[in-house]
Amino acid sequence: MTARTPPVIEDPIAVGLARGWKVVDASTLTSPLAIECDVVVVGTGAGGGVTAELLADAGLNIVLVEEGPLKSSRDFKMREADAYPQLYWDSASRKTKDKAISILQGRAVGGSTTVNWTSSFRTPPATLAFWREQFGLADLTPAALAPYFEQAERRFAIAPWQVAPNENNDLLRRGAAALRIPAGVVARNVKGCWNLGYCGMGCPTNAKQSMLVTTIPAALERGARLFTRLHAQRLEFNGNHVGRLRCAALAADGLTARELNVDVRARHYVIAGGAINSPGLLLRSNAPDPYALTGKRTFLHPTVISAALMEHAVDGFNGSPQTVFSDHFLELDRIDGPIGFKLEAAPVHPVLFASTLPGFGEQHAELMRQFARTHVQIALLRDGFHPDNIGGRVSLTADGRAVLDYPLNDVIWDAVRRAFVAMAEIQFAANAKTVYPVHELAGGYATFKEAKQAIAQLPLKPLLTRVVSAHVMGGCGMGDSERRGVVDTRGRHFHVDNLSVHDGSIFPTSLGANPQLSIYGIVGKMAEGLAAELSGRRKTRPP
Amino acid sequence: MRRRTLLKVGAFGAAVLAAGGVALRLADKPTAEARLDNMSKVLRAVVPALLAGNLPADAATRARAIEDGLQRTLATIEGLPPPTRAELDELFALLASRPGRWLAGIESWESATPDAVAQFLSRWRTHSIDLFQTAYHALHDLVLGPWYADASTWKDIGYPGPIEL
Repeated sequence: MTARTPPVIEDPIAVGLARGWKVVDASTLTSPLAIECDVVVVGTGAGGGVTAELLADAGLNIVLVEEGPLKSSRDFKMREADAYPQLYWDSASRKTKDKAISILQGRAVGGSTTVNWTSSFRTPPATLAFWREQFGLADLTPAALAPYFEQAERRFAIAPWQVAPNENNDLLRRGAAALRIPAGVVARNVKGCWNLGYCGMGCPTNAKQSMLVTTIPAALERGARLFTRLHAQRLEFNGNHVGRLRCAALAADGLTARELNVDVRARHYVIAGGAINSPGLLLRSNAPDPYALTGKRTFLHPTVISAALMEHAVDGFNGSPQTVFSDHFLELDRIDGPIGFKLEAAPVHPVLFASTLPGFGEQHAELMRQFARTHVQIALLRDGFHPDNIGGRVSLTADGRAVLDYPLNDVIWDAVRRAFVAMAEIQFAANAKTVYPVHELAGGYATFKEAKQAIAQLPLKPLLTRVVSAHVMGGCGMGDSERRGVVDTRGRHFHVDNLSVHDGSIFPTSLGANPQLSIYGIVGKMAEGLAAELSGRRKTRPP
Repeated sequence: MRRRTLLKVGAFGAAVLAAGGVALRLADKPTAEARLDNMSKVLRAVVPALLAGNLPADAATRARAIEDGLQRTLATIEGLPPPTRAELDELFALLASRPGRWLAGIESWESATPDAVAQFLSRWRTHSIDLFQTAYHALHDLVLGPWYADASTWKDIGYPGPIEL
């Protein structure tokens, strides 16, 4: 018998499963389960992953609950048709309540870290300063957090990208440079990256150091149990104590809840389902909320898009998706003044591009024919700082689903208009032939002057302006008191003695930067404290 | 009567109809067959309008391409969570109904000319009533996105596809 050719790329998940990791796909369960553990962690994204590893390292018995499936490099085929339905909420088209904002959010083991574009930024010092002043988060200083960011940077191989940016990113760099607008190199969480450009469809080479290939495997190695396709339905309370987490197994489609429960009893409960689902779970559970803060102040970095047609090939599908950024427009004004925005490039793939481009018929077909020559720039608005921008609110539908209502108001539209102008100017400075602000009533403009005049006249309204988001934050914000937050800076719920929130929902504003490293660092600090408290062991890291 | 109508039409239809000032009685939750019928009927007219400029000229090839597009849209809808599918069911039931066709300005989806369908799409795309706009966006996103999910469409746009690992 001849040995089979080993796969070129080893799939660490397949290897671990073969070695006996305790992973249960709840859609295959045939009878209800009742299980016990030290800590149950709901969600396996940035927050859940970091937490699970640190708690398991401290010798605690961990159960992980994930609503999405366990998919790994052998499943990642760089095809949008497979990736979006398998790995994202609502096939990569999760919507706000009025459907005016489309949200990219991961729904698989590893959460959004499995599908993000790897951009890694420490929490900006100006954001931390605002939190200290407005929310009393005195212990969240850059110096206090530095060891936790360093630890995450080591653990996830986060470093400034050393390879030349792809053309889509280099156009942002060149355009900004021509206008003397400072731009920087993005740090990425990759090891031996092949520079393929398909991070958003799950890394096929395991170069991306997502939770899927780092902390989750580490926790499973230490005996943690992972349940996938399991929906966390509600926490059951005895006074100010969680007694049980009730979960519902999903059907084989991974979407429909079955009447088959998995009940988890734990000493401690960590919620890390992301900033729509975490407040949703607390609301469904009627968690104590005397100041009605749960689900409020949810932020999105509302993002608008400018497409530019170039004379030459851009091939925005090729190469690391985000390697150049500019914070220039975040730094022009006070942090609580007119809303600033971060500029980045966005990868260009057929399905997402086609559904994002406005118009239909010949107009749309013509834009699509220029697909390979199109440069796409995005502006991410720093929401949650201006007094008139309190973000959105997560509430429940009649059937108990979490939905985000995010009103787009004048302070947002003011920033959107400035962002369209800024992006067009940079794109023309990079020799764009035609610039298309992504808006139903915008055309293609051949000069900056023409674009600027047209943008000044555009009616900026929901559904006419394409607004997207890939960063959901807030809704269970930290505060120094129960009047200003749902949790304290340890992540502990103010009104429940064995409940923590460990994900992007703890941020009291947006960040003004892609969130993964902020979650790794701040949740890492929280999880270290929780591990020490629950295990009775002293912390072992960082120094 | 009004209350009964609202209950039967569901949130989406009710809001559209209230906005349009139209009374409508839809059958209760559509059967699987009626559902597919509503979707196919509307999409066979809408797909060629959305994809105009992309479709082959030859009649038989063109018909096959429209059918392919339709199937990709249906498959995408089936991959959405049940509440989203239910909303889309309401949208297609509304569009297939007589009052819905009246709102859309389409006498019959089977015999609608591409121009008439394009006019309907253009009107709803920038309609002052949000719900009509969201309906347009649903059709836009569900037809144009999935169309380009298939490798057969990539040569038209100069996309070589991912490399083989």
